[in-house]
Amino acid sequence: MEWATDRAPRGVWRARPLLTRKSMESKEEVIIVGGGVVGAAIAFGAARSGAPVILLDQGDIAHRASRGNFGLVWMQSKGDGFPRYAKWCREAVDFWPALAKELFELTGIDVDLRQNGGFWIGFSEAEMRAREAMLEKLKDVGPGIPYEMLDRAALKAHLPAIGPTVAGGSFCPLDGHVNPLKLLYALHASLKTLGAQVFSNVDVVHVSHQQEHGIFHVKSVDGRVWRAPRMVLAAGLGNKKLAAQVGLYAPVEPNRGQVLITERLKPFLPYPTNKARQTAEGTVQLGYSIEDVGLDDGTTVSAIEWIAKRAIATFPILSDVRLVRAWGALRVMTPDGSPIYQESVSCPGAFVATSHSGVSLAGTHAYVVGPWMAGLSAEPQDMAEFAGDRYRDPARSFSNAH
Amino acid sequence: MHINDASLCRPLFTAEHSLPSHTVTLQFEDESISVPAGITVAAALLLKGAGHFRITPVKSSPRAAYCMMGVCFECLVEIDGKPGRQACLATVREGMAIRRQQGASELPPLAEENQNGE
Repeated sequence: MEWATDRAPRGVWRARPLLTRKSMESKEEVIIVGGGVVGAAIAFGAARSGAPVILLDQGDIAHRASRGNFGLVWMQSKGDGFPRYAKWCREAVDFWPALAKELFELTGIDVDLRQNGGFWIGFSEAEMRAREAMLEKLKDVGPGIPYEMLDRAALKAHLPAIGPTVAGGSFCPLDGHVNPLKLLYALHASLKTLGAQVFSNVDVVHVSHQQEHGIFHVKSVDGRVWRAPRMVLAAGLGNKKLAAQVGLYAPVEPNRGQVLITERLKPFLPYPTNKARQTAEGTVQLGYSIEDVGLDDGTTVSAIEWIAKRAIATFPILSDVRLVRAWGALRVMTPDGSPIYQESVSCPGAFVATSHSGVSLAGTHAYVVGPWMAGLSAEPQDMAEFAGDRYRDPARSFSNAH
Repeated sequence: MHINDASLCRPLFTAEHSLPSHTVTLQFEDESISVPAGITVAAALLLKGAGHFRITPVKSSPRAAYCMMGVCFECLVEIDGKPGRQACLATVREGMAIRRQQGASELPPLAEENQNGE
């Protein structure tokens, strides 16, 4: 209703000289398709830079990866074999304190950022050696990705609760964790504060480019249409179909992760790990399965059992605690596990953004990608490496850890 | 927030006449209470006017049983030394020791770390 009376005319009737589409001063309207943590962070970044933002959120029928994730702010080990992505992740962790502070100041929502380092935990010497080789390759990326390998005794000094079968671990002082639900909430609340227009229950099924006027039409399944000279596709798994409609390539596939949540416990885990993290409220989130099961976001007894067993091997004192929830969520996975950011060549002003690491990269999405895609700052360096077109190259092959 | 720490207060509920006359004796905090056999711990505490069952971990507010069917986790108590038990799902037993759940559950001391992880 709001849309029909108030919003519809904006994109249609507002005079918009064609030549200003690329102008840095124009502050053109930008439609962001997707209200998850990627779309909301880009929308936040665009809105705080002064762009008029329309965010279209699919609603309860969406797969909602942003509501099911693990909440790590994590960079150690990311970008192996893809130096541009390693650098991207390195920059992202530095943005996090400012993002958490700004969201709190704008909305009063504390996203529970704890960024005092994170541990990877290994169960064999072979795992430890492979880990060290990988971290050593990545250590000189950007301003450096510091890491430390710890044997069992050294690890136990930091994480006294580790079990007898833990071989050791690695530590990166830049890692951390947040409450991902509060992050999503804070981003949406900040959009309201910044005057962005957020529409829920918008199932976008078709996007098109009116070349003559340089305007995008974004159409929902119930026939509503939004119009603007810029459009960002941040629709998670929905990007695959939508990107193709404006000359972009985003071959994303679902990959299920199941996680468990314990009852609230007195603090025992002072750092996040790749297998478990204790939240600010005391629950322990235990991860996670990696499953190729299409769009099924359910849970299975076998995965829950495997996760629980591994958690108890990692931290035996968890053996008597109660689990209160388990859920499955669908990762938005690209062929190499790394993000896609690209502006369409055939439909300039259309962008695609998709990433499996929407929490870790939230600061970069807000402070770098948002202004870029809104046309308010230049394209960051070497973004071509993130183009989805890389997957079309028959000479390259891709694999991801999932 | 004011929390009435008196162990027992005026009951919110009364027992039906159809309840079994056979009773069991429990410890609630430091008092012995006699309740009908076969009912749940939550029902027993409500019958005896236990007041709050637990103190929440984040905001330290007092809570008591709400859904009575295992869903809401408001009725958490410590039973026989085990924290975080759902009172509405546990049946009373002779000699059971029940304490209010104070905030988040305690973990066992690390010295007791066992070897069953594999």
